[in-house]
Amino acid sequence: MKENIEIKVGYASCGIAAGAAEIYGALKREIKENNYRVSPKKVGCVGMCHKEPLMELELPDGTRFTYGNLEEDDVSKILVNHIHKNRSYGDKLIPGKSDYDYFTKQKKVVLRNSGVIDPEEIDEYLERDGYTALEEALEVDGSEIIQLIKDSKLRGRGGAGFPTGVKWSFARASDSDQKYLICNADEGDPGAFMDRSLIEGDPHALLEGMIIAAHAIGADKGYIYCRAEYPLALERLNIAIGQARSEGFLGEDILGSGFSFDIEISKGAGAFVCGEETALMNSIEGERGMPSPRPPYPAQKGLFGQPTNINNVETLANVPWIVRNGAEEYREIGTENSGGTKVFALAGKIERGGLVEVPIGTSLEEIIFDIGNGIEGDKDFKAVQLGGPSGGCLPESQLDTPVDYETLTDAGAIMGSGGMIVMGEDDCMVDVAKYFLDFTQEESCGKCTFCRVGTKRMLEILERITDGEGEREDLEKLRQLAPKIERNSLCGLGQTAPNPVLTTLRYFEDEYLEHIENDSCPAGVCRHLITYKITDGCIGCTTCSEECPVDAIEGEKGSRHVIDQEECIKCGTCMEVCPVDAVEVV
Amino acid sequence: MVTKNVNIKDIDEELKDYPRERKSLIPILQKVQSDHGYLPRDIMEGIGDYLEIPPSKVYSVATFYAQFRFEPLGEHLVKICHGTACHVKGADIVTDTVGSELGVGMGETTDDGQFTVERVACLGCCSLAPAMMIDDTVYGNLTRDKIKKVLSEYRGEEG
Repeated sequence: MKENIEIKVGYASCGIAAGAAEIYGALKREIKENNYRVSPKKVGCVGMCHKEPLMELELPDGTRFTYGNLEEDDVSKILVNHIHKNRSYGDKLIPGKSDYDYFTKQKKVVLRNSGVIDPEEIDEYLERDGYTALEEALEVDGSEIIQLIKDSKLRGRGGAGFPTGVKWSFARASDSDQKYLICNADEGDPGAFMDRSLIEGDPHALLEGMIIAAHAIGADKGYIYCRAEYPLALERLNIAIGQARSEGFLGEDILGSGFSFDIEISKGAGAFVCGEETALMNSIEGERGMPSPRPPYPAQKGLFGQPTNINNVETLANVPWIVRNGAEEYREIGTENSGGTKVFALAGKIERGGLVEVPIGTSLEEIIFDIGNGIEGDKDFKAVQLGGPSGGCLPESQLDTPVDYETLTDAGAIMGSGGMIVMGEDDCMVDVAKYFLDFTQEESCGKCTFCRVGTKRMLEILERITDGEGEREDLEKLRQLAPKIERNSLCGLGQTAPNPVLTTLRYFEDEYLEHIENDSCPAGVCRHLITYKITDGCIGCTTCSEECPVDAIEGEKGSRHVIDQEECIKCGTCMEVCPVDAVEVV
Repeated sequence: MVTKNVNIKDIDEELKDYPRERKSLIPILQKVQSDHGYLPRDIMEGIGDYLEIPPSKVYSVATFYAQFRFEPLGEHLVKICHGTACHVKGADIVTDTVGSELGVGMGETTDDGQFTVERVACLGCCSLAPAMMIDDTVYGNLTRDKIKKVLSEYRGEEG
């Protein structure tokens, strides 16, 4: 039996932003001042973002307690209760992994270590069978590994879903003295944080997957192309690479097998299009990150003109599990055409948001309602957005769709890299479509005319509609322009840019028509189409008139206030600050 | 972020850890920006000399990527997240509030040089939406009051 109480603090970027650093600091302070026999540990994302900052306390006898939504003062109370009173601290106690229905429908494969181990300690990874898959893999020929990955039905988790084993076989078949393996960690979709969390929580799983992949295809040099916006992920990758080198898992003659491979980190510089593989390679080479036509495919002529294989973070991090547990076990988790699990970043108007991992084939309804517990604040569900700027919004009628590559594409969305933003009755679908078009037209590299100009034109049409100046013909124009942009763009950015517009038109055309024909935004979002009014309920407290940024509210103290509609900029401040909910949107 | 005086003669010394090859260009630009807060024009010319490529090429790459800037920054960089989750949870309110509190628009720096405000695509802290980042610290679940409080802490710290 252990002697110390062990306390794990969720210490990924989200946790830190929620206050984990203060909690960890308080914990260290309390332990030192009171000489408590407590071992504190920083772990990666536990997945329960809605409970951050949080900690898991494990008594020497193995009993566990999870505490969430912590504030600094709670730390000493938790410690005093457990250490001096031998009881838990009820105020902040939350259900733990084993008894929280948030976790029961999840299946942790790729996130099995995240939130469990200290990602900066290789020993903790080794204790959880880390690098045993590499040892196994190095004993067999690369072709056997490729067959195993083919049998597992692992498909690209970056979104397109290309069978990973098949991709590897192309790179392996290319004859060259120099081959490269690239891990795409340029997670650019707004609303997605799976890869960041994975790297922050379990960086060695990615490295081990990369080394096995490199052995399979015969690459001796690897790059991880990671966003510069992820400083903690970059830091933990650097630490992990250093540790892997000193343990002999990276570098010359790995584990005495004769196979050599090393990894370099390439830091992205903030261009969404660099998530596209040819653009990404141009960026590593020090060029503008613009896509190139394919063929030649990277497997024939990729980075620095050499055969190159590119996989996404989550894809590679699945590989060690598959090698350890076998293709069959992996395949059994998923569906007929697609093995394993998928990680989703569940966010938006959801009651319990976080990082969730589910078997492929789980329905949207199970994810949003059983795991996420539905819409926050007792509002109605309206849509779920998958796949970011390349994806689409699915309505309630599509909630029984299983998450799988083909089914989601048929429904009008895409599996995507895993961003899942839930929207409620207060969200305007035309505004959401406009939001994504604004993003893609901004991020278009400008190479293809239809992507550069077409997305701009679509955005202008959407702006007209949300400004109340749209016409019925605008919808036809959007429908005509969309396939042209799709067909005449070189890369995925342009080819998928119209998707958010097309799916909202498909499922929410009525809402477009409300904007166009009745100058009304039913969700109360589009500023040009709404009016704020102060109702009879006003108590004349003057809060709104004091807070109004443009001094558009007048009224004596104690009497009903009035908004000057000419001056009002529709910012919603009055509605937010009113203590008696006497401001309404009409 | 501190803007140092730039001395071209130091460039070779400053960049000596980077091989003189094309693929060093972006890492070099990142280093220069992290040292100086932005990419001064004369340094970009110096980088061109160092890598033996025309300054126009350096500029062409630098302007492609959103990370690089060509004007000095304020003391604190405020990045307002406009990811999807933040968008539906009130990124516009954050933008309005920061803008009216500091009296600047997106991409601008306050007159006293304390704050530069930027709009960014996604900070990847979607569960804490709406969020913003000041220097290296992320602030989540923002409300008008919380934003005012955070900004006043930064102002107080300086003043």
